[in-house]
Amino acid sequence: MTLQEAKFEYLLRLGDSSLIIGHRLSEWCGHGPILEEDIALINIALDFVGNATSLLEYAGKVEGKGRNEDDLAFMRGEREYRNLLITEQPNGDYANTIARQFLFDAHMFFLYEELKNSKDETIAAIAVKSHKEITYHLRHTSQWMLRLGDGTAESHTRLQNAVNELWMFTSELFDMDEVDAILIKEGIVPDLTKVKAAWEKQVNEVFAEATLTVPETKFKQKGSKEGKHSEHLGFLLAEMQYVHRSFPDAKW
Amino acid sequence: MDDAKQVEAFEAKIASGQKIEPKDWMPEAYRKQLIRMMSQHAHSEIVGMLPEGNWITRAPNLRRKAILLAKVQDEAGHGLYLYSATETLGIDRTELLSQLHTGKAKYSSIFNYPTLTWADIGAIGWLVDGAAIMNQTALARGSYGPYCRAMVRICKEESFHNRQGYEIMMHLAQGTPEQKALAQDALNRWWWPSIMMLGPSDDQSPNSDQLMRWKVKMESNDAIRQRFIDRTVPQADFIGLTIPDKDMKLDEKTGSYTHGPINWDEFFDVIKGNGPCNAKRLKARVDADKEGAWVREAAAAYAAKQSKQKQVA
Repeated sequence: MTLQEAKFEYLLRLGDSSLIIGHRLSEWCGHGPILEEDIALINIALDFVGNATSLLEYAGKVEGKGRNEDDLAFMRGEREYRNLLITEQPNGDYANTIARQFLFDAHMFFLYEELKNSKDETIAAIAVKSHKEITYHLRHTSQWMLRLGDGTAESHTRLQNAVNELWMFTSELFDMDEVDAILIKEGIVPDLTKVKAAWEKQVNEVFAEATLTVPETKFKQKGSKEGKHSEHLGFLLAEMQYVHRSFPDAKW
Repeated sequence: MDDAKQVEAFEAKIASGQKIEPKDWMPEAYRKQLIRMMSQHAHSEIVGMLPEGNWITRAPNLRRKAILLAKVQDEAGHGLYLYSATETLGIDRTELLSQLHTGKAKYSSIFNYPTLTWADIGAIGWLVDGAAIMNQTALARGSYGPYCRAMVRICKEESFHNRQGYEIMMHLAQGTPEQKALAQDALNRWWWPSIMMLGPSDDQSPNSDQLMRWKVKMESNDAIRQRFIDRTVPQADFIGLTIPDKDMKLDEKTGSYTHGPINWDEFFDVIKGNGPCNAKRLKARVDADKEGAWVREAAAAYAAKQSKQKQVA
């Protein structure tokens, strides 16, 4: 694998994760538990779509085959998508959405903190911008983890169940393969071992304050790096891509 | 009964162009009318998120998706701002929302129409927000301070929404034949509801002298409608779309367009609850409220625990 190929692949992983979780959040639009949360969720979704756009645009340039961000977002199928499995999981109830978002935000926060030092100037610049946004996201979801975890008996049960269900998708956040190895060597991306340690510390602290138990699930779901997704992604992409694909020659 | 002298002072203040502020004395009829109008406006903002939100996940490219997200977020913000402004009149948001959920309070009739294609997102920005701006710029000159200030801010954002809607329509109209057909179809479906949303014609909706004197209502429905039509018809011409009104013609003397008869039966039917999406829209709001109850309870319980801990410490 060449450096260029590794970089392209890595950018898809980052960009796809942001795009897919942004899509999930946008599904809440108009249906949130309180108006302030509707505003927050749409705002966060917008940040993710913006971040995905920057990453996919750059991915297209790195690839050098004339594909732009829309080609990459709308014309790739299920097996070509590289988003983390946790990002495509359905919204469920608010506890599910908050748990999914918190686990992902914490990962992104520490990952992008490292990416700010990337030797690739474009990745570093995107990371600087995104990290500011993610700081707010993580604060928001951490606060909701506390409210739901240490709120009522019902909210506690719902959140603990949500965390238990999602836990099997968290180990994948820190898996590394040849792509990582090539880019780590060049100082372009961080070793995820460090990110994992910071993530675990953060998650443990918030869980403790939220009176949640860290699940003991040993089973781990993986596959996003090879484009092996859950069945949910196909439906999500069908919805997201159909207008774009229905009008092949159209400019919007 | 309001003290006649207080009413006199209140009216003199309005006549002199000063604003009425929350702590000022006001007649009960003024307060009630404003609560009705402002909450209806707030409800329209949040119900309006539903037809537009319907297309966020299917927007045709990433740029359009981001713009639509930002726009719907603005509408939610308007809702929040307007609920807060209404609360200055001595009623809280929970009560206002319960009026929406029980059907006691209304929202704009226009949001009971479905968004069937992507072009509808263009049509809503161009026509629905365009019509709303006509009404709201007038209301910004009204007498109640918090509402006027809300209108100034909201109109700025709505003008932007209006332009982005027109820009969507322009791209479609100048696009492939299929895209142009989408744009014309959306205009055909949204034109009449848009001009109806400005309210019944003046002969069916006599403006009370009092509401005009109190600057709660600033202009008649027909006057606002005419301004909207005169502004919009040339815009349609410019991008090669046809207003679906065979009687529409320019009156050379006045420079205004005369329009064909409006189907007011349809309008009143939709207001009564019989539009294509009334039940769906209301159910979405009621469901969100019900399904969010445990979340709000948890937040309240957590806040109570936190403040208790602070007291102990």
